[in-house]
Amino acid sequence: MPHDRIRSIVGEHGRLSVAVDKLDDTASLYQAGLTSHASVNLMLAIEESFGIEFPERMLRRRTFESIASIAGAVGELTSGSPGA
Amino acid sequence: MPNGQAMTALTVPHLVARTGPDAIALAGQVARAVAAPAASSVDRESRFPSEAITALREARLVGALVPTRFGGLGCSIIEMAEICDVLGQHCANTAMVYAMHQIQVAALMRHGGSTPFFECLLHDLVDRQLLLASATSEVDVGGDVRRSICAVDQRGEEIHLRKQAPVISYAEQADAILVTARRHGEAAASDQVLVFAPTDARTTLTRTTGWDALGLRGTCSSGYLLETHVPATHVLADGYDEISAHTMLPVSHLLWSALWLGIATDAVNRARAFVRDAARRIPGSMPPGATRLAEVVGTLQTMRAQIHDAARAYHAIFDDRDALSSMSFALRMNGLKVQSATLVVQIVAQAMAICGIAGYKADTKYSVERHLRDAYSAGIQINNDRVLAASASMLLVHRDD
Repeated sequence: MPHDRIRSIVGEHGRLSVAVDKLDDTASLYQAGLTSHASVNLMLAIEESFGIEFPERMLRRRTFESIASIAGAVGELTSGSPGA
Repeated sequence: MPNGQAMTALTVPHLVARTGPDAIALAGQVARAVAAPAASSVDRESRFPSEAITALREARLVGALVPTRFGGLGCSIIEMAEICDVLGQHCANTAMVYAMHQIQVAALMRHGGSTPFFECLLHDLVDRQLLLASATSEVDVGGDVRRSICAVDQRGEEIHLRKQAPVISYAEQADAILVTARRHGEAAASDQVLVFAPTDARTTLTRTTGWDALGLRGTCSSGYLLETHVPATHVLADGYDEISAHTMLPVSHLLWSALWLGIATDAVNRARAFVRDAARRIPGSMPPGATRLAEVVGTLQTMRAQIHDAARAYHAIFDDRDALSSMSFALRMNGLKVQSATLVVQIVAQAMAICGIAGYKADTKYSVERHLRDAYSAGIQINNDRVLAASASMLLVHRDD
C-alpha cells in the first residue's frame, strides 16, 4: 500500500513532534510540526522511493498537507495519466 | 495614540489621500516636506521619526493598504511599493517603519478572518490610523521566526501570552503589536498563530535591550519582555505558516526592497549632483567620477527593474492562495530580497566613491554616509545567508518547468 510506505517515509523524514502512527491519513502534517525544511527532505525521500519527480505545479503546501494528499499526488504521478 | 504626538505637519497642506495615485503623490510631499528635514536628527538621536509618521497619519496614508470597504484607500501592492520607494529616498527610518507597519496590516486584512472583531478592527485601523508593530523573533530560537517557544495559554474566553522578544521595532510608539506564539501549550514549535495585542493596559512591555546601531537608528528596535492578556478573538484565523508564506514574507521582501531602492536612488542622485557640479566648475572637462556614475546608474536600473517586475508578479497572484503557496513564488521573492539587499550596498558604496570625501562626511549636500549605514541593515537584520539557505533547500526539489 502506498499509504503505508508514505507513512513510514513521513515518520523517518518529517521530523514531526508526534509519532506518525498517532496521525490519521488526513491529519495536518504542518500542525504535527512539519517545517518547510523537513518537507523538502520528505519530498526527496518520496521521489527516491517511488522513482518519481514532483512537477512544479505540485510543489506547494497542499500537496504535503497530509499523508492522504501525498498519496494522491504519488498516485497521479505513478498511474501514467497526468492530470487525472 | 500612546506616543502622545498631536503635532500637526504645518509644512504639508491639509491634504488627504483618497485614491492610490493620490497616495503616492501625497507620500512624496510628506517625504520631501516633513521626513527629509528631520532625517538627520532622527538618525543622530536614534529616535522615532514622529513628525513623518504623524504627517502620514494626517494624510490618511497609514491605512492606505486597507480595502475601501473598510474605509481604507485600497492601494495595490504595487502602489505600496512606490510609497516605500519615495519615503526611502528622503528618510529610510520613516520608510522602514511605514513598511513594517504595512506588513502587519496585510496580515490582518488577509488572515484575520471575517469575524466581527477583525472587521471592526480594520475600520478602526483606518479611522484612528493605528500604527502596528511586530514581535516575531524570540530569544533562544536562533533567529528562526518560523519556530516559537512561547505558547498561547487559553483560559476560558481569554488568552495569556508571555514572550521574550529580542527585537520589537517602535514598540513604544505602536498602538498594537502582532505576536507569534505556538497555538497551545502542547503544539509543535512550528505550529504557530499570530495574536493581536493592543499596547494598552492589557499588554506590558519591559525593555530588555536598547537600540544604538550602525544604521536604521530611528526604528527603535529594542528588545522587550512582552506580556499580554487579550480575548481569544484576537488570534488571527489562519495559521502563521500560511500568513508567513502568503503575506509576511512576500510583502516584507517587496516593501523592504522598494525602500532600499529609495535609499539607492537618493545616493545616486547625490553622486549625479556631485559630478554635475564638478563639470560646471571646469567647463569642457569630464569629471573623474563621471564614468563611475554611468556605471552605477546602470546598476540602479537593474535593481529598479527587478523590484517593479516582482511587484507586478505578486500583484497578479495576490489573492490566489494556491499560487502563493508554490515553491517558485517563494524562491522568486527570496531571490528579490537577497538581490536588493546586496545591490543597495553596492550602489551606495559606489555613490560614495564618486562623491569622495564630500560623500564620506555627514555635513555636505553630497553626503551619503547615512545612506551607507542604513543600507548595511538590509543584508544583516534579515540575514541574506538565512534567506539563501531557505532557497537552497527548496532548490533541491524545485525544477523550472
